[in-house]
Amino acid sequence: MANKTSSAPLLGETFIVGLWRENPVFRLLLGMCPTLAVTAAVKPAFTMGLCVIFVLLCSNIIVSLMRNLLKPHLRILMFTLTISTFVTIADLFLRAFQPTMSEVLGPYVPLIIVNCIIICRAEACASKNRLFVSIIDALGMGAGFTVTLCVLAAVREILSTGAIWEIRILPAGFVPWAAMRMPVGAFITLGLLLGLVNVATKRNA
Amino acid sequence: MDTLNILLMGFISIVLINNLVFTKFLGICPYLGVSGRIDMAFGMGMAVTFVVTLSGTLTWLIDHLILMGTPLEVTRYVCFILVIAGAVQLVEMYVRKFFPSLYESFGIFLPLITTNCAILGLCLFINLWEIDNLLEAVVLSFGAGIGFTMAICIMAGIRENLNLADVPECLKGAPITLITAGLLTLAFMGFAGMIR
Repeated sequence: MANKTSSAPLLGETFIVGLWRENPVFRLLLGMCPTLAVTAAVKPAFTMGLCVIFVLLCSNIIVSLMRNLLKPHLRILMFTLTISTFVTIADLFLRAFQPTMSEVLGPYVPLIIVNCIIICRAEACASKNRLFVSIIDALGMGAGFTVTLCVLAAVREILSTGAIWEIRILPAGFVPWAAMRMPVGAFITLGLLLGLVNVATKRNA
Repeated sequence: MDTLNILLMGFISIVLINNLVFTKFLGICPYLGVSGRIDMAFGMGMAVTFVVTLSGTLTWLIDHLILMGTPLEVTRYVCFILVIAGAVQLVEMYVRKFFPSLYESFGIFLPLITTNCAILGLCLFINLWEIDNLLEAVVLSFGAGIGFTMAICIMAGIRENLNLADVPECLKGAPITLITAGLLTLAFMGFAGMIR
């Protein structure tokens, strides 16, 4: 992550790294709680992903701008305060413009504050790098997170309702697996997906 | 008698039926991270129980005495996280002074209690469920801590045995832990019809 130079290919690489090699969910096992909680269907998962991208981007920008002013022992506190400010903004925005989504996501929107991905990126990237690198990193990590969430949600939504993004794709005779919508489905699907990712990496290596 | 009944039901429900880890996916990070050994899991559970009781009570007080009904309500999340960070700092100092060996073995996970979703999550749920009785808020917070301790200890017990099992190569580590967690959740779904 520590890119000293800023030539274009390196920036592109920073973006890609977040998508796959350091994918926050599959590789770093960060942000598990929203990953499991909002992935019963694709739509809330996607909304959650967008919220996280917004908060991650804004907090990375702010942290990167004030990185030279930070005192080491107050660092985490400053991160948390910055993040909670932007989460409040995102929450109010959702409540005003997407009331149904806000209802579905419930307390998981404010819980973005304690999403480890955001603090981790603030600490590992934004507090050490220039503004532009931090922005790209935020976008890459956010995109990686969103894509993962959507994949997990797609699997669960198809198996639990036979539809994806509320559009029916499986034939009417399909018997929905109710368990997929419950916490059980979340844990087991994520466990198996992680296993698949492990297999895929091993084959590539 | 009636109050006692409500309190007892609330306690049982948050420990077994609405267990934060199994039904709300809160506190998954330490649940997967610190559940390798049962003594550490128990220590972690105790620390979280203390922090969650303290911060659940304090945030209820702040919410009801200061924030509610005023424009300050938008600063709710910021206030909550500040209270939690303060409580964690307190626990960290206490553990470092009186249990240095435990402090060593926790490492980074102790300050990370601040970002344990179970704690902020519980404060938010107390706010969401519109608990308007201080005693009930205290009991719920304490119950949430006990529920978390129970969950993480069960998990640690299973994982100690899992070390001896022959797990397929690609599922080793996090995947098998998640699948185990899923099966545990399934077991706890059996409690769902117990109250109401």
